[in-house]
Amino acid sequence: MKKKFSLRNWASNGYLGVMLVFFYAPIVMLMAFSFSSEKSRATWGHFTFKWYAELFQNPEILSALRTTVLVALISAVLATIIGTIAAIGIYGYKNSVRTVLMNLTYLPILNPDIVTGISLMILFVFMKLNLGFFTMLLSHMVFNIPYVIYSVWPKLNQMDKSVYEAAMDLGARPAYAMRKVILPQIAPGVVTGFILAITLSIDDFVISFFTSSGVQNLSIYIYSAARRGIDPTLYALMTLMFVVVLTLLSIVNLRSNKQQTTLDKRR
Amino acid sequence: MKGRNRWYAAPYIAWMILFTVVPMGLLLYYAFTDGNQSFSLASFQKFLDPVYIKVLGRSLWLAFLCTLICLVLGYPISYLLAHHKHGNFLSMLFILPMWMNFLLRTYAWMSLLENTGLINRLLTAIGFGQVTLLYNSGAVLLGMVYNFLPFMILPIYNSLQRMDRSLVEAAGDLGASPAAVFRRVTLPLSMPGVISGITMVFMPAVTTFVISRLLGGSQFMLFGDLIEQQFLQASNWNFGSALSVIMMVLILIGMAIVNKLGGNQSEGRTIM
Repeated sequence: MKKKFSLRNWASNGYLGVMLVFFYAPIVMLMAFSFSSEKSRATWGHFTFKWYAELFQNPEILSALRTTVLVALISAVLATIIGTIAAIGIYGYKNSVRTVLMNLTYLPILNPDIVTGISLMILFVFMKLNLGFFTMLLSHMVFNIPYVIYSVWPKLNQMDKSVYEAAMDLGARPAYAMRKVILPQIAPGVVTGFILAITLSIDDFVISFFTSSGVQNLSIYIYSAARRGIDPTLYALMTLMFVVVLTLLSIVNLRSNKQQTTLDKRR
Repeated sequence: MKGRNRWYAAPYIAWMILFTVVPMGLLLYYAFTDGNQSFSLASFQKFLDPVYIKVLGRSLWLAFLCTLICLVLGYPISYLLAHHKHGNFLSMLFILPMWMNFLLRTYAWMSLLENTGLINRLLTAIGFGQVTLLYNSGAVLLGMVYNFLPFMILPIYNSLQRMDRSLVEAAGDLGASPAAVFRRVTLPLSMPGVISGITMVFMPAVTTFVISRLLGGSQFMLFGDLIEQQFLQASNWNFGSALSVIMMVLILIGMAIVNKLGGNQSEGRTIM
């Protein structure tokens, strides 16, 4: 049996291998060149950290980095708070209203980024807001809140409703029952929503591009630098961002594995 | 729980009206008015010019090709991953590039395909001479496939994972050949994943303006570039809004068609 399947195994592993090379070759190659002293990728100079040094001395990159981090953190925190409260509120409505509200919430997820970006830009100009950091922050909240709501929603559905009713019957004030009964049960969804919001915010280019002018986040900086041409500091930036993403994802994965094992244990 | 806590949603409802409903309204308003703010279909008439129709045609064609290639490459990947003993870990590896900044991924290809880039260096070394790889539709298509392939792999992989394996065994025990098992059992059951994969690839492919700008050059125009240009360079908001509305309508029609096709598939499943 095993022998008969070996050719098939070989072919399937071969195909997966080729596709992984297709995925990683560009990334790995540019990571390697981030350590080369030569500016052109035609020749390999000697090993150097000079592009990393330049990266951390470039004021434009540093301010773009600060914008990205600030917008991601503030928008994720606010979106998580607003989204969680909104999800609990929407859950209290009867089915027909719920459907309408959840569908409207889905609109920014469904809409192409370019349409969301442009319509928000029109709104901000209409409201006479100057396009800049603040409008970028608002826009990120606009697309983050729906993801938070949709992360919290399944946890609300899985929640044991009778515990809340019992708490109320036993005389808990609504706010107390909220804190002691509802929030602990939906907490995993809230955390997922928060992490999702941060990653989406860091990754966004299109919506930031249309809703801010003069202020750059990293994506906007990369876009304009890429249009200018070769820039090894971008390879250094890519390497660093890859490491950060890898670390974040490992944390998320370990978390979900831990949740899975506690779930398995309970069964 | 019903009826309680409703007022918690109030701030969000106000927020949603201001930042979701009103912007859509403004977009429609600009699309259906002219520069003098009176009702007009001029922007839609302008779109009927062959120049613009051609841009739309090119966008749809490239997005279609990209979706097709992603499906042909991605389905086998998902299938093999779902049946692989290290499937979980390997699928992580396939999804990981998706979390890398989209512009950096595109930039990586930009510098590989350049005239002095690594691929051209290799070609010259073998004796092929330098080939212009960048700034054509091939480069744009490559960039799209590279960026969006994970969006095809992930949903198909998920649907194959969730599938009840005993159905495959049952079909085999009842005498179906492996090909028949795939066609009559596995494929229909993975159809929801295929459908969401298709929409998740087609949507960003048809709306992109970044990939076409970076890998296709400023001469290579897609529908997304056209919209961006109307707002940021030509300052013709009426025409730009009309183009956005056309894009949204096309996407909605496309999704309705794809869902309809998927719906027929699931009916076939119940018959079987």
